[in-house]
Amino acid sequence: MSAPQTPAGKVANYVDERTGAAKWLKKNLTKVFPDHWSFMLGEIALYSFIILLLSGVFLTFWFDPSQREVLYQGSYQPLSGIKMSAAYVSTLHISFDIRGGLLMRQIHHWAALLFMAAIVAHLLRVFFTGAYRKPREFNWIIGVGLLTLGIVEGFLGYSLPDDLLSGTGIRIAEAIIQAMPVVGSYLSFFAFGGPFPGDAFIPRIFTVHVLLLPGLFLALITAHLMLVWYQKHTQYPGPGRTEKNVVGYPLMPVYMAKAGGFFFIVFGVTALLSALASINPIWLYGPYTPGQISAGSQPDWYMGWLDGLVRMSPPIETHAFGHTISWNILIPGLIVPGILFTGMALYPFIESWFTGDKREHHLLDRPRNAPNRTALGAMSLTFILVTLLNGGNDIIATHFSLTINQIMWFSRIGIFVLPPIAYVITKRLCLSLQRADRDLVLHGKETGRLMMSAEGEFIEVHEPISKEKAWTLTQHEQPVALEHLTEDEHGVRNPNSRGSKLRARISRADAEQIQKPGGDTHREIE
Amino acid sequence: MSHEIEPISDPGLPDHVHRATDTNPVAEKKAERQVAILFLLSAVGTILFIASYIFIPTTEFIFLPVMGTTNAHELFLGLGLALALLFMGLGAVHWAKTLMPDEEVIAERHEFRSEESDREDFVATVKERAAAAGLGRRSLIKRTLGLSGGLLAASPLLLLRDLGPLPKNQLQTTSWKTGTRLVTDPGNRAIKPSDLEVGAVAQVLPQLLPGEERTLNNIGKDAVLLIRLRPEEFELSPERLSWTYEGIIAFSKICSHMGCAVALYEQQTKHLLCPCHQSTFDVPRAAKVIFGPAARPLPQLAITIDSEGYLVAQKPFTEPVGPSFWERSS
Repeated sequence: MSAPQTPAGKVANYVDERTGAAKWLKKNLTKVFPDHWSFMLGEIALYSFIILLLSGVFLTFWFDPSQREVLYQGSYQPLSGIKMSAAYVSTLHISFDIRGGLLMRQIHHWAALLFMAAIVAHLLRVFFTGAYRKPREFNWIIGVGLLTLGIVEGFLGYSLPDDLLSGTGIRIAEAIIQAMPVVGSYLSFFAFGGPFPGDAFIPRIFTVHVLLLPGLFLALITAHLMLVWYQKHTQYPGPGRTEKNVVGYPLMPVYMAKAGGFFFIVFGVTALLSALASINPIWLYGPYTPGQISAGSQPDWYMGWLDGLVRMSPPIETHAFGHTISWNILIPGLIVPGILFTGMALYPFIESWFTGDKREHHLLDRPRNAPNRTALGAMSLTFILVTLLNGGNDIIATHFSLTINQIMWFSRIGIFVLPPIAYVITKRLCLSLQRADRDLVLHGKETGRLMMSAEGEFIEVHEPISKEKAWTLTQHEQPVALEHLTEDEHGVRNPNSRGSKLRARISRADAEQIQKPGGDTHREIE
Repeated sequence: MSHEIEPISDPGLPDHVHRATDTNPVAEKKAERQVAILFLLSAVGTILFIASYIFIPTTEFIFLPVMGTTNAHELFLGLGLALALLFMGLGAVHWAKTLMPDEEVIAERHEFRSEESDREDFVATVKERAAAAGLGRRSLIKRTLGLSGGLLAASPLLLLRDLGPLPKNQLQTTSWKTGTRLVTDPGNRAIKPSDLEVGAVAQVLPQLLPGEERTLNNIGKDAVLLIRLRPEEFELSPERLSWTYEGIIAFSKICSHMGCAVALYEQQTKHLLCPCHQSTFDVPRAAKVIFGPAARPLPQLAITIDSEGYLVAQKPFTEPVGPSFWERSS
């Protein structure tokens, strides 16, 4: 074999002789990825994370994570001569004196909002298409972990400037910690280094925000992407697409250009938003002091659901045996979020239990073909929307001339009533869409052309749809309800009869479908 | 089950349709120019970015419709960066979509499950190695290893002990003592009843003794709201009425729900509202909760006047202020 001549060839030769990378790269540069706009949502989250790392490092060069009290004598006149923490002073310094500092702060904050929005949108895409099914349950759990960490990381991040609004958020977080039975006061004193607010929490959350959580993020995101890479991406159904293949474009050059270009577009949009739309103007809020507050206190949007839950909570506390349990904090602040996130993480396993389906799935479901799952998703989403709405109840009240009381009672009742309604409506909609698909396959599409028959009757001409389209509409399997087994084939009573009965009931609801045309390709479950 | 039509089979991947740029050299040249122009526009954005950094002072403000008055330096810096990045991205994507191959490729998937023989070999290997190491037999070693491993893993928790002091009675007490004067915040002036008109509200703090300094920790527990009503407007128990002075009533400003400052007073309805979660307290009825998630009224501070006529605390708060905690007895 001849020695490499070009500089690039020499470098490649040097690296390959030490790592054997050529073999791996040769295979992976032509790796195939399916194309769909909804697959870009996760990408947006990834790119926002990179933007957060870049802009965040810039901000740390000037940010002083200290609660040392100083008299402000900087260039922002309205706050001149006021006592505040060094953290707040350095945030003002970044905003007013460092060239590009305010822009970077805005980019960091906008990217954080976008990061969370993209994670949620990506999660919804994965949920509604059933992409979490075997073999991708691990990645679903990692994703739920990333969502949880993202909420914490965002909250700690906007708390760092130590302004009046964010300090109020920290005060609420402290009250949640303090409300925990038995250990609450101790945990709070350990977290804050004594009574609230103390002078320890800014330096501590700074370390968590810039070191601990980003490290976890990097590890989890790496694992998330490696699993996507190794397990190959899911794909939407269509002609030529099966459970055994993946149809799309190769990494080099198409995805390198598309994904690389898309990173710049995401960054560009973030920069544009940051240049034009100012958010979190901390200089208007003033420094934090526990004795003051601003009206219309609102957290960032991804915390809004939690705030909304706390706001709608009924005023219940238990006082017994010299102790207090604050249900009005524990239920909305810890118990309900705990149930929501645990339920979300376990959903792939729950679904696999009531469908009895233990096979691999690489073809995505069209949401209408999984009416039960789609309805469950709409139900959960409605629940969160009601809480989010209530989290902004003060703003809504002032903007729409309503009273806080009206909105609060709407939420308190709506949180129980609206999700089931959303479930029923969504399920009916899915079944109607299945019916429409069925009509399309059986009778073709409407052409708008009218014909008069010899008898003088008018009919609209229908045109058969293409065989590709017909396949896309009918390729899916339709589930069969599992039966309630009271005894096994030997006539022995099933010791888990109650579980089996419940499973049969859920399975029956899950299997409610409109018979698709073109044969009963019911799935067979081994 | 009804079969209205024949079973539909997979027609396979549709034939590839060529783009204009694949077949028409003119279209190809045009796309190439478009990509180049997008990349050039990106360069223009970067030049705007550099020029803004150097030439626009940070003190320059301009008015933008809708957005309001904006710092010109940050605005143009941001616009330059946005254009540079956006056009770079658009150029790359346009290049990929018009000029790079757009023929779909098929790759095979393989089941993740290992071959049966591999699985058996794996289990055999693990069993053999474990047996060789005596993992099944040497229970003394396993137990002592478990013990010391557990101890070692738990010990770092000890190092976290000094994160903070124990709460002791710090959540139960405030700086208010019998005879502590009420001073304005801000201003630090002692107050006479005549300083407050009917309907007025004032935030007060305990007067500092010489040499004492006010910390945020103090404010977080000591902040008190003074509200003056007409004495006949109160609906209080005789004891609570004796805690007021000539229609002036004092409550802890720290919300009994989650500790926010209860700062909104509605003069017409005589309600105090916490902006965080909208707990609403009725002032004439000793800050009874009439709406929202708070479960307890705001603690009332008993006040009177001292010999010089200044408002003072009759006694400390009779209950802890702020949010609930496990050790709180009522």
